[in-house]
Amino acid sequence: MSNGRFGIHGGQYIPETLMNAVLELERAYNRFKDDPDFDRELTDLLNEYAGRPSRLYYAEKMTRDLGGAKIYLKREDLNHTGAHKINNVLGQALLAKKMGKTRLIAETGAGQHGVATATAAALMGMECVVFMGEEDTKRQALNVYRMRLLGAEVVPVTTGTATLKDAVSQAFREWTSRIDDTHYCLGSVMGPHPFPTIVRDFQAVISREIKQQLQEKEGKLPDAVLACVGGGSNAIGSFYHFINDKSVRLIGCEAAGRGVDTFETAATIATGRLGIFHGMKSYFCQDQYGQIAPVYSISAGLDYPGIGPEHAWLHDTGRAEYVPITDEEAVDAFEYLARTEGIIPAIESAHAVAHAMKIAPEMGRDKVIVITISGRGDKDCAAIARYRGEDISE
Amino acid sequence: MSRIKEAFANGKAFIPFITCGDPDLETTAACVRECVKNGASLIELGIPFSDPTAEGPVIQGANLRALTGGVTTDKIFDLVRDLRRDVTVPMVFMTYANVVFSYGMDKFLSRAAQVGMDGLILPDVPFEEKEEFAPACRKYGLELISLIAPTSEGRIARIAAAAEGFVYCVSSLGVTGVRSEITTDIGAMVSLVRRANPDIPCAVGFGISTPEQAKKMASLSDGAIVGSAIIKILAQYGPNAPEYVGAYVKSMTDALREG
Repeated sequence: MSNGRFGIHGGQYIPETLMNAVLELERAYNRFKDDPDFDRELTDLLNEYAGRPSRLYYAEKMTRDLGGAKIYLKREDLNHTGAHKINNVLGQALLAKKMGKTRLIAETGAGQHGVATATAAALMGMECVVFMGEEDTKRQALNVYRMRLLGAEVVPVTTGTATLKDAVSQAFREWTSRIDDTHYCLGSVMGPHPFPTIVRDFQAVISREIKQQLQEKEGKLPDAVLACVGGGSNAIGSFYHFINDKSVRLIGCEAAGRGVDTFETAATIATGRLGIFHGMKSYFCQDQYGQIAPVYSISAGLDYPGIGPEHAWLHDTGRAEYVPITDEEAVDAFEYLARTEGIIPAIESAHAVAHAMKIAPEMGRDKVIVITISGRGDKDCAAIARYRGEDISE
Repeated sequence: MSRIKEAFANGKAFIPFITCGDPDLETTAACVRECVKNGASLIELGIPFSDPTAEGPVIQGANLRALTGGVTTDKIFDLVRDLRRDVTVPMVFMTYANVVFSYGMDKFLSRAAQVGMDGLILPDVPFEEKEEFAPACRKYGLELISLIAPTSEGRIARIAAAAEGFVYCVSSLGVTGVRSEITTDIGAMVSLVRRANPDIPCAVGFGISTPEQAKKMASLSDGAIVGSAIIKILAQYGPNAPEYVGAYVKSMTDALREG
């Protein structure tokens, strides 16, 4: 079997035109990943520019209110550009630059990855084009403006459901037509090898820090780590350094949309089955003939019909659990965290908060839950207001 | 000699591509028959996919029209079975890995062979992933067509050496679609293929729309593949497209014969 497998998942199911590009990327990554100069340069960017390490905050009021496990929030929302996406983007942009690429292309759902890529491109003096589903350009108009302000071109994608999956397809098409000077800065732990591995490694800083910070604060490992899952980059980053610590429950929270018993859902593990799409073998929401399903979630960042291959494997082996969270539960959690802790999480991250609200009360007070707040929720305020029937203009 | 290779035995091959079910299966059947009547050597039948990542806007549109019209893989197998009552030229499916994988690889391939298909083109299955599909294709006597691209360079010899049926030379970077000019050195690609595998025919596709382009590309290889230009006729004329498709195919095959 080919490279880049996680159990049966992963692989490189892409057109021949792109094969040499991904092989070149793999060679470059293998060369630079253990290079001390590269590591120093990246660490410097992450610390001085992006503001790492991010805080591990003890949510005391939430803990008291829920009356069970102690809750810590991993504050990826406090990173520069407001989400975990910058961790991966700075790594990939630096790698692309070392490879002699002068142009970055990216897909984006909620806009956070697009903003992060546009930011890195501005910082490193690279050209940037971001593909975004037309539907999402409407849901996340502020992020479209931010990307343009940062000097990126934003291309609305009108094909298919005009959401994240179509933006990914269009970014792949664009890469096929222009490879020499262009790096496709994929935003999640998905796509063909080596992307799931590269993105995981750049996001693994999240769990490395959680482990160290919690050791300092509590002197122990967490009992559970919770993160939201679309493609799954903040989740794999939050899980990675705990995979071998079997006592730590790893819980990925999928977007159930209007419910896993409806067609308006994006919960891949709950409703999908094994397939091949966007360069990888994994689980996908699809019909009996393998046509990819038009998924739905209130969260543009989780509105994707697949899941990264390493998550599919963690599911197969039972090492991680994946649970569906509905729009309604996520919106409740969004409002709850704002009122309780004064922290407005991204609607994506609110899916993880929602599950913590369910399990914390059932856990003992000696237990510790870490929730990764993958991004901040400013971008979502108008949409959540609309969801609650209030029309505000941005 | 395989039926697919035979298609290249009498001069340059013309290979039209049609998305099944665009706008309906009756039109597809009539178009296939027009192609055969007007000298097509081999037919590529597209099974539509919801997210065709290797296609440009024209063929994306055909996929969408076909799926909206309710076409399914099972209905396409029935179409082929009916076509095989009178159509004898080789036919290959062009579709995406998930359409085959999700149907069940053995089930898909046995059914395809049973209704009379000769081969399969999967643009999202490169050399590295080929072995997942190739043994099952062999088991049912279907040839899995390999593609090479302008970026393949050092990979061409390996791909060509293992190729079956014919080698699909992708003429240009990017996705399918009509191009005013093809700048890749096709002759060099083809000679690399022939050096590695002297018996395998090479057909050039992506971007070919005019008789002049077809003639030029075929002069550098063994045949020309045309998709988007035919799909454009279907998009324009819908159910009335077959006679226009026939006239177009005639103009292309005439040009190839002059060569």
